[in-house]
Amino acid sequence: MPEPRPGPLSRLNLNWLGLLPFALFALLFLILPTMKIVVGAFQTPDGNFTLDNIYGLNTESIVSSYWVSIQLSLITAFLGCLIGFAMAAAVILGKLPGKVRSGLMTFSGVASNFAGVPLAFAFLATLGPVGLVTIWLRNEFGINLRAMGFNLLSFWGLVVVYLFFQIPLMILMIAPALDGLKREWREAAEILGASASQYWRMVALPILFPALLGTFALLFANSFGAIATAFALTGPQLNIVPIKLYAQIRGDVLGNPHLGYALAFGMIVITALANGLYIWLRVRSERWLK
Amino acid sequence: MTRLLAWSALLLGCVFFALPLVGMTEFSMRMLREGYSFEAYRVVLVDERFQLTFSYSVLMALATIVVGMVLVVPTAYWVRLRLPAARPWIEFITLLPLVIPAIVIVFGYIRLYNTSSWLPLTGSTTGTNILLMFGYVTLSLPYMYRAVDTGLRTIDVATLTEAALSLGAGWVTILTRVILPNVLVAVLSGAFLTFAIVIGEFTMAALLDRPAFGPFMQLLGANRAYEPAALAVIAFGITWACMALIQLATRFSKHIQVQR
Repeated sequence: MPEPRPGPLSRLNLNWLGLLPFALFALLFLILPTMKIVVGAFQTPDGNFTLDNIYGLNTESIVSSYWVSIQLSLITAFLGCLIGFAMAAAVILGKLPGKVRSGLMTFSGVASNFAGVPLAFAFLATLGPVGLVTIWLRNEFGINLRAMGFNLLSFWGLVVVYLFFQIPLMILMIAPALDGLKREWREAAEILGASASQYWRMVALPILFPALLGTFALLFANSFGAIATAFALTGPQLNIVPIKLYAQIRGDVLGNPHLGYALAFGMIVITALANGLYIWLRVRSERWLK
Repeated sequence: MTRLLAWSALLLGCVFFALPLVGMTEFSMRMLREGYSFEAYRVVLVDERFQLTFSYSVLMALATIVVGMVLVVPTAYWVRLRLPAARPWIEFITLLPLVIPAIVIVFGYIRLYNTSSWLPLTGSTTGTNILLMFGYVTLSLPYMYRAVDTGLRTIDVATLTEAALSLGAGWVTILTRVILPNVLVAVLSGAFLTFAIVIGEFTMAALLDRPAFGPFMQLLGANRAYEPAALAVIAFGITWACMALIQLATRFSKHIQVQR
């Protein structure tokens, strides 16, 4: 360092001072607000410690909202992983021209960010009651989607809409792992007489497994915290946790502010678990991808 | 055989992604009975609430980008230069907004900064605007920090700093005239992504009751038929433009590197 070196203690102090603005920002707008929720979940309105708020979550309506949210996130994460993996594998391993690959990556970047309110509108215009595909199927083929039990404003409708940002996210996240599959591994397996399915079952998938499961956890958390798309699509009726929390913040529908804290705390716990799993598995999978 | 499977997997996916885009575009042009027209776009664009909320969100996005840059660039630089030991901690904090859902963060804001608290930000319009802006800085933190940190990795921070210091530059000069130009492409990528996130954000703006573009779109969607589809096309166009600009910036940087 070009400047004169003071004693170790004062130098250390000065260096930490450089982080002060960031630390202050993180404290005020990230850590303290979150702590407020976490602490509030374990407090009575008078400020005493209690577990009643957590127990209070055990009502039929709240438990079912968590259950619907978890199911929605699991299903969209699973289908997103499956379809995204197939598409990414097709482009990266399927000997398709390089232009196709860069095109798909660019589009995935756009589509994974095209969530929220406009996405709901796009699907309403397509699969809604008077949407393009709904009308087309009815006029050309006599297929009435609604009579077949498909409703865009339902659980499965929401699954289809969520897949629009889950699949591209999967493609973006899994592409580096697929690139990391070395050609030598496949050639070695083939020389030893492995069939394509044996190669996938015994070589490629075990290597990709941490990456696959990690991305699954990330997709889960991604859809668990999402609200805007569902809200724009179905309004405040759909019984998923973020929408319930939204209604609680807006008008204390649960009739107990501290139950709202507990509801939010439950969300943090679930997304933290999913993300913790993701980070742990990513560290494991990166061992192979160097 | 593999190639056939690959093509069909890709085609199937493309159909799924193309249909909603075609659907919204087609629907947005059906407002007049006599045929396709841009009537829905006209109605949206002349709507005063559209102009107000859209310009509000654009301003909000620009403020978020500036404040985020001022916060992230010096911090990431300082961590690389002097406090490498703090890096895992800073990275952990910058990833937290991905773990804690936005709705929970804004819930914390509302309870922490209400009118009876020590910092009553939600008590005034300006205060709420500032709070929303910092909320957006928080949301964009993971992308902004990672972009800038990746940019800093490609340059020799220590040598550049020593050279600048020995030529008599102060810290502000170093940051604005040495470090920033070197990581400009990374900063721009982060900025465009932030813009795409902030412009249509719904949850925070709605819960803080600010007249932003996201809540306006939601309101219009609940009451009108064709205008929402037009809004969706516009929003998709903005997202697309932001991503294209990121690619352009990246390509530009590669160009510079080759020349060097």
